[in-house]
Amino acid sequence: MFKTLFASTAAAALMTGAALANEVRVYNWSDYIDESLLAKFEEETGIDLIYDVFDSNEVLETKMLAGGSGYDVVVPSGTFLQRQITAGAFQKLDTSKLPNIENMWDVVESRTEQYDPDNAYSINYMWGTTGIGANVGKVREILGEDAPIDSLELVLNPDNMSKLADCGVHFLDAPAEMMPMALKYIGEDPDSKDPEVLAKGEEVMMQIRPYIQKFHSSEYINALANGDICVAVGWSGDILQARDRAAEADNGVEIAYHAPKEGAQMWFDQMAIPVDAPNVENAHIFLNFIMDAQNMAAASNYVYYANGNKASQEYLVEDVIGDPAIYPDEATLNNLFTTTPYEPKVQRVVTRSWTKIKSGT
Amino acid sequence: MRRFALIALPYTWLLALFLVPFLIVFKISLSDIALAIPPYTPTIKDGFSALIRGLDFENFIFLTTDDLYYKAYISSLQIALISTSLTLLVGYPMAYGMARAPAEWRATLMMLVILPFWTSFLIRVYAWIGILSNEGFLNQFLLWTGLISTPLTILNTNTAVYIGIVYTYLPFMILPIYAALDRLDDSLIEAAEDLGCSRLSAFWLVTVPLSKNGIIAGCFLVFIPALGEFVIPSLLGGSGTLMIGKVLFEEFFNNRDWPVASAVAVILLLILIVPIVLFQRNQQKQAEADT
Repeated sequence: MFKTLFASTAAAALMTGAALANEVRVYNWSDYIDESLLAKFEEETGIDLIYDVFDSNEVLETKMLAGGSGYDVVVPSGTFLQRQITAGAFQKLDTSKLPNIENMWDVVESRTEQYDPDNAYSINYMWGTTGIGANVGKVREILGEDAPIDSLELVLNPDNMSKLADCGVHFLDAPAEMMPMALKYIGEDPDSKDPEVLAKGEEVMMQIRPYIQKFHSSEYINALANGDICVAVGWSGDILQARDRAAEADNGVEIAYHAPKEGAQMWFDQMAIPVDAPNVENAHIFLNFIMDAQNMAAASNYVYYANGNKASQEYLVEDVIGDPAIYPDEATLNNLFTTTPYEPKVQRVVTRSWTKIKSGT
Repeated sequence: MRRFALIALPYTWLLALFLVPFLIVFKISLSDIALAIPPYTPTIKDGFSALIRGLDFENFIFLTTDDLYYKAYISSLQIALISTSLTLLVGYPMAYGMARAPAEWRATLMMLVILPFWTSFLIRVYAWIGILSNEGFLNQFLLWTGLISTPLTILNTNTAVYIGIVYTYLPFMILPIYAALDRLDDSLIEAAEDLGCSRLSAFWLVTVPLSKNGIIAGCFLVFIPALGEFVIPSLLGGSGTLMIGKVLFEEFFNNRDWPVASAVAVILLLILIVPIVLFQRNQQKQAEADT
């Protein structure tokens, strides 16, 4: 009796499993969407949306290269996308199923072509810059009224850093962003792959490493907002989220974001469909949903990142579209640089050098 | 036939769960990195002879050229040894107390040791972040009592790693020692005291030697996983905490170099084989002594 019951339950479970196959599995960065959009998608399309998050490109790439991740839509950043396309991890988009693709913004598309020629494999989700978040009050108290909060001098000059150390400085734990920044500071090509030039970047970082409290890629949002730290080198939208959390908490902390005036790195997070995605059809429906002008605007209004969707701009709130830290003006835009992926041998040099910077060994 | 089945079962188990995974990892460690799915070359798909020709020990040679790796192995050994000793110091009195407690309490005490396992290991380690951080419970309590005037920096140091390992692996130390002490015949201690031993020397001369097997088993059960520990040093340790588990993660995820990561793992396993074999022999001797 028990056995039959068990068998029929198992069969029922399997059948529901098959019936539920109308689904799409999305793997996106953490804190990166207005969650009401997820419910809206399910409501409009009747497709079950399974939404998982990650917080590093490295973890995503490892899953992609292992194969069989089970995801239908993933969101790697430009250089990582390029490597994974070369490795054969993605499939070309079927633009006939993506009518909303006409909403995309040529200014961004012309830049993402560098990673994905003809934008054949991916659409832009968000883009931004890597720069400096500062607790304006405290930094001015320590370094004086003319503290260089919009310059790499603030975070890469040992004189300034030694004074800021006690107040707390966090850096991103992302060598592919921090090494180009160090190279830019000493006037070298930020995209250099030459080990000797990279060694100079390491030298810059080694001089300031004693003054860095932590290398981490997400903790700085709260730490800045709570006033636990004074300065963070991080991603534009994250620092702007910290600014808003501090303003909401009304705790007297004023956070400002600046893309360094010497030049800042520009990055792009691209949505793509893995080559072995189980629900290709639904993945296209999801991408088309995201490219809808109002949906994309809702996401940007929520996370404070610029998007690659021209049509969405009329639905953006003034706080987002009018903020030069999010949508930079022409002059700043020209001052931004992009980078290309490291070869495996160079990647090893960079990771080794980053381990040395972080641990002293 | 029955005898054969009895032997075949554990060996199939060993083959499927240990030898086959090891051979896969070992094969990857002899391969070269490639930008493909999977990210190394050659693979079985290239055919058998190409596979054999493509394998070499280059990655193992590479490990000797950079001092990072041997430093990480040494530092892991050191951290594992210190935390095993600390766990023994904390665990032995607890096991002793349990074995000496009135019989009706023992089940409850045993329950208390096992109870934390009902919560996810990850959540328990995260809880330590809340306790040890600069604004954490421990510092707030110490500031409140007036014992310290500025917060102690414990989180993101090796001290926090020791605390985490001792806390996590304590039951693995207590249970085998308790099992050994529980079997101890009280009349032996009475006899020792009758023959003129003080209580302390009876403890050293009778109780400790008779619980030796439990101590050895507990130490290995803590030392072996602590050596390759990754979660505790990455959550509680600082950027200066060098452990082989972290190096392995970096090779795998940051360099995306599966062959070198596999070579690091193979060496780690070779280092672990020594204590595992010693542990196995101790268990065997004990089993023989029991029969």
